[in-house]
Amino acid sequence: MSDKTRSRPDTRDVEPRGAARDQTGATGAAADPSGGEAAGELSGRSASLWADAWRELRHDKIFLVAAAVVTVFVVMAAFPVVFTRTNPRSCDLSRSLGRPSSENWFGYDLLGCDYYAQVVHGARVSIVIGILVTVIAVAIALVLGSLSGYYGGITDSIIARFTDVVFGLPFILGAIVILTVFENRGLFQVTLVLAVLGWTTMTRLMRSSVISVRDSDYVLAARALGTSDFRILTRHILPNAIAPVVVYATIYVGIVIAAEATLSFLGVGLQLPAISWGLMISDAQYRIAEAPHLLLFPGMFLSLTVLSFILMGDALRDALDPKLR
Amino acid sequence: MPATEMLPSSTPTTKRRPDHEGPLLEVEDLAVEFRTRDGVVHAVDGVSYHVDAGETLAILGESGSGKSVGAQAVMGLIDSPPGHITRGSIRYRGKDLLGLDEGARQRVRGRDIAMVFQDALSSLNPVFTVGDQIAEMYRVHEGASRADARRRAIDMMDRVHIPAATSRFDDYPHQFSGGMRQRIMIAMALSLGPDVLIADEPTTALDVTVQAQIMDLLAELQRESTMALVLITHDLGVVADVADRIAVMYAGRIVEHGPVIELYERPAHPYTQGLIDSIPRMDDDREELVPIAGAPPNLMKVPSGCSFHPRCPIARDECATDEPPLYAVWSGRESACHFWEEVVSSHD
Amino acid sequence: MTEPLVQVRGLVKHYPLTRGIVFKKQVGTVRAVDGVDFDLASGETLGLVGESGCGKSTVAKLVLRLEEATEGQVFFEGEDIHDMPHGRLRELRRQIQIVLQDPYSSLNPRMTVGDIVAEPFAVHRSVAPRESWRRRVQDLLERVGLDPDHVNRYPHQFSGGQRQRIGIARALALDPQVLVCDEAVSALDVSVQAQVINLLRQLQSDLGLAYLFIAHDLSVVRHISDRVAVMYLGKIVEVGERSDVFREPGHPYTQALLSAVPSPDPRKAGENDRIVLEGDVPSPADPPSGCHFRTRCWKATERCAAEEPALEVRAAGHPDACHFSEIRHVVR
Repeated sequence: MSDKTRSRPDTRDVEPRGAARDQTGATGAAADPSGGEAAGELSGRSASLWADAWRELRHDKIFLVAAAVVTVFVVMAAFPVVFTRTNPRSCDLSRSLGRPSSENWFGYDLLGCDYYAQVVHGARVSIVIGILVTVIAVAIALVLGSLSGYYGGITDSIIARFTDVVFGLPFILGAIVILTVFENRGLFQVTLVLAVLGWTTMTRLMRSSVISVRDSDYVLAARALGTSDFRILTRHILPNAIAPVVVYATIYVGIVIAAEATLSFLGVGLQLPAISWGLMISDAQYRIAEAPHLLLFPGMFLSLTVLSFILMGDALRDALDPKLR
Repeated sequence: MPATEMLPSSTPTTKRRPDHEGPLLEVEDLAVEFRTRDGVVHAVDGVSYHVDAGETLAILGESGSGKSVGAQAVMGLIDSPPGHITRGSIRYRGKDLLGLDEGARQRVRGRDIAMVFQDALSSLNPVFTVGDQIAEMYRVHEGASRADARRRAIDMMDRVHIPAATSRFDDYPHQFSGGMRQRIMIAMALSLGPDVLIADEPTTALDVTVQAQIMDLLAELQRESTMALVLITHDLGVVADVADRIAVMYAGRIVEHGPVIELYERPAHPYTQGLIDSIPRMDDDREELVPIAGAPPNLMKVPSGCSFHPRCPIARDECATDEPPLYAVWSGRESACHFWEEVVSSHD
Repeated sequence: MTEPLVQVRGLVKHYPLTRGIVFKKQVGTVRAVDGVDFDLASGETLGLVGESGCGKSTVAKLVLRLEEATEGQVFFEGEDIHDMPHGRLRELRRQIQIVLQDPYSSLNPRMTVGDIVAEPFAVHRSVAPRESWRRRVQDLLERVGLDPDHVNRYPHQFSGGQRQRIGIARALALDPQVLVCDEAVSALDVSVQAQVINLLRQLQSDLGLAYLFIAHDLSVVRHISDRVAVMYLGKIVEVGERSDVFREPGHPYTQALLSAVPSPDPRKAGENDRIVLEGDVPSPADPPSGCHFRTRCWKATERCAAEEPALEVRAAGHPDACHFSEIRHVVR
């Protein structure tokens, strides 16, 4: 071969033809309006999807703030002693409903327990349930979504119909009905019920994502090599199909945390003496006039956590798919 | 605007008389860049060309040469950001389009200069019938009545040889074949009787037998109306068949320009020579093709001097440092190669 | 003459057209491939040309059994690929490989070039011990004209032509005897296309590969093929030695197809007696009776509607499927 080429940066995508739109909004030719992942090599960096996303996220202020908040709450859940050395269960009735002061910013609850310690320790339940439920739901979604999307046919029909049936159950209402059956409701029961009801959206997402990857040429090439289904799924399909699920899972942690609080607030979630933001808000509702701080602090922490996860998910989605913006 | 424009006429042969000196459409020193997060893409970098009534100018280039972006700039279709026209002028009948406001620009688009794209399926709106989409041109731009617009749209569909135009008026784009959809795109582009039609790879997505039909149609329509045609393509075969003049683009610049026969027979730029040598031909049983080494450059990092020098078989040291101007080879022929004389004499 | 390496006999692929989601009802049949026969000898190139929708890419998938055939056989060294257990098929995949059209979607964007080219070894573990993979991958990259030190790069860091070379390296890894090239150079720019065509020819003479070269670009097919088969609506309408089919085509469709190719020579532009076909290719869900081409053919008679022409040697001296076959010179 005389025409041996030196490796040269990618150029073919550079012409941003997608930049053109005529009056009817039609694009001239199929092209990438972002101007191209072109020239990834220029700076010599490895630019896989995730590396690209990370490069983007590092400069995304909203993401950085949200991630910092999430980190704070995760640390709070894992090691509450970092934030308070006070035992949330050491109470003194004489301090009942004590207002926030310069000494104790969060005040005291009805039983005179340190409210700051209570709120800090409440993070654990929320974060644990949020992450646990999401992990279980993602696991179910990966398996069912991949099988359903990859094999199609009868496998798909069965899984997809079953998913639709579960999807049809209203999330909160379904959880209330099922949880009412349990005498004792702890972390385990609440997690289980939320996971059982909560895997459907991600499964459907995974399925459609797998279908869009399944017919790509590199999967065809892999099949032509005699690659096993398992290898095709794990090496070719999952890495290319998982991004939307990861995005949704991040947001979903926030949704689950809110759901747990809702259930506890309604009295069908966790039970006393567990410490949970939902329970605290539930208790606070009767004393909103005399002790508004009882509602304010757990409510604030809850909203902040949920919001942070959702913002993180949004930023992740934008970073993974710049075309959406 | 002269009144002829407003007449409900399907024969735009009675166009305005030229009311100015010089070419119909003249692009001068046009530069377009796209500012992306990875850097600045110099898509078009100092391009000049002109086209006259009744003439076909082909702009030939490979992907990434800037040929399409240049046309989009003429049409005012560059999205900004990320696109920016950094210098140059685009004069239509002597009037610089870049100086116009968006409203005036809109009136030029479609009425004076129209465009046909490669992908007719995505250029047509799938939820409206094709007839409606053509008729809308008359309703929006000329305020024609519904019945009048419909009649003229059917006339237009006839002119692009869509069989049974009246009955197909109410069909949706997906009910047409690729070739028929491209005809509809052409009908839409020509509906207002433009003086200049820019066709951006109009046949690339089509089968070869259909390609021939579409090119014949464009030639026929051009003969009828003395319209100027700017044909953007990567296909040397298509160009040879229909063009009067060719401008060859490489890395955002025109590297060679001239009448089609001369340019094919005596290319004056090594890139043009390389392109001609690298295509397999129907009338030739050469065993080995002679490709151009390497790949086109990254437009964020165009090589210094002559941008073709890393791939050029006759490059010297100065090619890496001195950017060649467009040398006048002889009348109507230009080449952006320091050693064009060498290239031309190699044909003797 | 020795037995051809690949023999395709009576190959048919019909796709059912269904309506409804839960209760599917078949409302029609798309006859993508409708009875195709051809042979491919060791070391030769058979060009398969036709316009979009003629079924040529489906033939590629059937030859590799990436799709199940509705009817017919594909013999490789006498063994029917469509009638063998999956274990045997997996072994046979080493012998027939494919190069796909789109250099952008045919490589997994999440894998490095080294992993992509080594995947055949990972799938067929008996071929090479793991320690040798890296060296073999580098040899392959070098063979296709890429820098062997680029094994750790990702596909997007390469240009279109280079990616196509990576796809070729992957296909060559298992040392196949047959390479199916499905529009393998169609997506490339002309200057780069020529490089890849030359590479394919070089590889063929070095390795003795047989190519089934599927393309819509007639000049490319003419350049690379020893023999050429022309497809229209799921059937082969003409087949023969390259020079016979191009110089003395007997079937009107072949003549129209050849005459439609614009010549990159402006002096010849005017003198071309181009046959411009009327209308469009009919839908493969509802092909015309008799000869599929008759609806666009200027020679069609009642006989063409009633009687399907067989692919056999007629006036042109090589097989074509036209009742009124006659040689017409269209390429100058």
